[in-house]
Amino acid sequence: MRVNPPTITSSEAPALAPVRFETSPAAYKHWTFEVEGGIARLGMRVSENDGLREGYELKLNSYDLSVDIELADVVQRLRYEHPGVRVLVIESMVPRIFCAGANINMLGGSTHAFKVNFCKFTNETRLYLEAMSAECGIRTVASLNGTCAGGGYELAMACDEIILQDDGNTAVSLPEVPLLAVLPGTGGLTRLVDKRKVRRDLADVFSTVAEGIKGRRAEEWNLVDKVVPSSRFREYVTDRAAELGEGEGPRGRTPTADGVSIEPLAGEYTDEGVTHRHVALTFEGRVGTITVQAPKQGPPADAAAARANPNDLWFWRMARELDDVLLDLRFNRPEVGTLLVKTEGDASQVLAWDAFIAEHEGSDWFVHEMLCAYKRCCKRLDLTARSLFALIEPGSCFSGSLFELTLACDRSYMLDDPDHPIQIELSAMNRGPLPMSNGLTRLQTRFLGSPETLEAALAHEGPWDSRAAEEAGVVTISPDDIDWDDEVRIAIEERASLSPDALTGMEANLRFAGPETLETKIFGRLSAWQNWIFQRPNAVGEQGALTLYGRPERPVFNWSRT
Amino acid sequence: MGNVDLNARIPNNVALNEDRRLQRALEAWQPKYIDWWLEMGPEGFQADEVYLRTAVDVGRDGWAHFDHVKMPDYRWGIFLSPQDKERVVPCGDHFGDKAWQQVPGEYRNMLRRIIVTQGDTEPASVEQQRLLGRTAPSQYDMRNLFQVNVEEGRHLWAMVYLLHTFFGRDGREEAEDLLRRRSGDVDSPRILGTFNEPVEDWLSFFMFTTFTDRDGKFQLLALAESGFDPLSRTTRFMLTEEAHHMFVGETGVGRIIERAADLMNELGTDEPDKIRAAGGIDLPTIQRWLNRWYSSSVNLFGGEQSSNAATYFASGLKGRYKEDKYEDHVALEGIYSMPMPKNGGISDEEVPLRNAMNELLRDGYIGDCEFVIGRWNRTLEKAGRPERMFLPHRRFNREVGIYAAGDYDIEGNPISDAEWAAKVDGWLPGEADMDYVKSLMKPCLEHGKIASWIAPPKKGINGNPFEWEYVRYDGSSAGVALGATPSLTGD
Repeated sequence: MRVNPPTITSSEAPALAPVRFETSPAAYKHWTFEVEGGIARLGMRVSENDGLREGYELKLNSYDLSVDIELADVVQRLRYEHPGVRVLVIESMVPRIFCAGANINMLGGSTHAFKVNFCKFTNETRLYLEAMSAECGIRTVASLNGTCAGGGYELAMACDEIILQDDGNTAVSLPEVPLLAVLPGTGGLTRLVDKRKVRRDLADVFSTVAEGIKGRRAEEWNLVDKVVPSSRFREYVTDRAAELGEGEGPRGRTPTADGVSIEPLAGEYTDEGVTHRHVALTFEGRVGTITVQAPKQGPPADAAAARANPNDLWFWRMARELDDVLLDLRFNRPEVGTLLVKTEGDASQVLAWDAFIAEHEGSDWFVHEMLCAYKRCCKRLDLTARSLFALIEPGSCFSGSLFELTLACDRSYMLDDPDHPIQIELSAMNRGPLPMSNGLTRLQTRFLGSPETLEAALAHEGPWDSRAAEEAGVVTISPDDIDWDDEVRIAIEERASLSPDALTGMEANLRFAGPETLETKIFGRLSAWQNWIFQRPNAVGEQGALTLYGRPERPVFNWSRT
Repeated sequence: MGNVDLNARIPNNVALNEDRRLQRALEAWQPKYIDWWLEMGPEGFQADEVYLRTAVDVGRDGWAHFDHVKMPDYRWGIFLSPQDKERVVPCGDHFGDKAWQQVPGEYRNMLRRIIVTQGDTEPASVEQQRLLGRTAPSQYDMRNLFQVNVEEGRHLWAMVYLLHTFFGRDGREEAEDLLRRRSGDVDSPRILGTFNEPVEDWLSFFMFTTFTDRDGKFQLLALAESGFDPLSRTTRFMLTEEAHHMFVGETGVGRIIERAADLMNELGTDEPDKIRAAGGIDLPTIQRWLNRWYSSSVNLFGGEQSSNAATYFASGLKGRYKEDKYEDHVALEGIYSMPMPKNGGISDEEVPLRNAMNELLRDGYIGDCEFVIGRWNRTLEKAGRPERMFLPHRRFNREVGIYAAGDYDIEGNPISDAEWAAKVDGWLPGEADMDYVKSLMKPCLEHGKIASWIAPPKKGINGNPFEWEYVRYDGSSAGVALGATPSLTGD
């Protein structure tokens, strides 16, 4: 995870080693992972002195980003490497404590930008875990064999079922408001009322009692699904896991199915950027460019052939690389505020891959999993707080799944040059399998106010040229070759001059039109409030509760409400 | 239960007959308490008349009222030390404000937690000791056991009074849960670890009342400094009773040491086997019991560096032992130098004073325990013996706090797992020790008789001699009382 020397140039952050997001079970410090039959058991045993940074100890199974990076890796590997698994049980290997949540000293010592990105990443990981149930048929059980506070309970709520040990002491709690004067920022409040449908007044009481709720009342309030006496706890969890794991999983996830092992991407990280096989990230001042290469070859003959050499498959590898680049950008390049998205290569190969995915994703778990990886990656792009401009130029291949990238961008510029004609084209990938977090496709979201334009775009057969694309509304503007350079340069320079805070807020508001979902609420409402509270003196001022937590002084609040 | 009846049955100085809220709560709780007492209180002897002290008032005469009484008829009462109308919050950020007569809303949950945790230890110890009556070494000791038990019961009442009076429905539910949890029960254990360890023999009982009840004393001393006045007044009165429990423990162990010393002198040997052959308990065995219960009790003070402890102090909910001896009651500036485990060794680190409140209280406790050891050693000295008892280091055998993760020898030096495994039998009771002490636990229930392993006390209770009828057996339990082999449930 910590490979290269420090490269951070942010004025806000001290020179810290860059964060790397790839890891593997042999390198895990905080989790144990075992698979037996169709049941996987993930044991949390956070190593106190193996946090990402100096200056805090991860006591009582509290976590920092290093713990969550491993968790994300576990979930990913479970999905690919263990297709026979039907149930994941998450438990603690530390007596009397399940998880105490995000480490307070770590939060207290982090920059605002880091806190925001930490919360975003942990939220994305929990949603990835949560989606596993629907996408892979892998049910998840939180086995709370000890006290479960804050982010610990939020992790539990991301599971399908929560089983709580009833020993008179073990409680679930969200102590953030009463103890730290911040919010449970990893989906806690949203999942409480939106997912678990806990009555709002009971949720209000629960969220202000630092010590939490235990035993029967926790079950009565639906904070957990079942409370079980200590003497029968382990047995109950095992039985329940076996029960949930009966039958076979979807799309050939059978007990005998062979997994696909995830090999390292082996990207090159330098001060100038990141280079992967299909995706590269480069910088010029505060402007970054992501370039995605089209496949050089078509898709494999069938799903079985795909598995022969999985780590070289363009679709999967491109998604993983893009994902990695986005995380690198978020955590290690805070000052790169504008991101240009480009593609290069043969669009027909992209469309051939899309056809392959569309044909097999319904029947083959691995092909479906590749699709899920790209879906996740596109959502990650939607949620990246940088100005995103797609530049559709000669030699690009923004069709089908890659066209989705332009739709994720805040604006798209398509060159209109008769000497160098460019085309873009939809595929099945733009028609449903890659929804945004609001549950709609990017095209649906784009044309919310004009269903007939959406219908016409979907009905359009074959490619659009630049002018037709602008007319169809699928790109923002198609400047001609005389205007292009100035148009693009001015757009970028203007963008780079605006307040990064205001842009972040503006973009987040414009990107997610349409219905609210659990996800949009978590990233919109919950995160936005949390980010506001994280800036306020009542939390982080000299006398703020977060600042003083664990210190001898008590917080002093400014009592004015907004 | 009518008002008159209620007041007669529940001696109190809290105007119970005028307090409808408390009456309502107690009407529901009291029968459950009696059920709990009959189920989990002393096994057997419930129909016998025991010479017990009952608190009927807080005045000098009132709290030492003696009579023979059947335990289920014991009048558990509610007493607070007299109110000082001028009292102020003695410490923390609210230092100098008028002491609170009602629970401040912002501290309600914390206070409830403090009271529940303290309250939970009271019935727990009764449960831990419930089988001991059957194997009492004398009637005098049996009576002392029951005195301790009924007073722990009263301490439960004291905490329940606070829960009922100041914490509404939550308080009533917590009060019921105090009767629902069971010491050592895997499904519903008592809150603190030490209170789930069985007290199976009288040596353990005396160690428990010496060391574990002494933790109680120090917790009560810290709570007596609470800005929440009813808690302070309640705990102040409890302390007068707690003193007797520690007397029972300290003199109990002292008499076992005295007996061992006499046997060593009589036999002219200090060999444990020979002392055992003569029916005594040898000093190394006593020391191992001491090590076990002392180290277990040291855990009860919690983590060395604790943000909870800082918050309790800052909020004025819990003060320091003898807070009035300090000059600075805000304690924001101070530093406590604390030996911390680091890289396999120990090095001092500075901790803000408020975060070290648990350790400060532990310091007071350890000092107090040293005095006890000194008095036991005077017994040995007087008997002309060269042996001495000692306290293990505070790092020894810990399960809570910064020393829990590593192994430390009896002097507090870090040692390896292997060293610990090789030496632990010399430090803590082993199976053979347990079997031997257990073999001594035979009833000696006729008045005037005493077991072979303990010396009689210097004097009896309330001016009565040792050879006095402290327990009058009811016909139904006489068979058991007069020497038939008891069958211990749960044995």
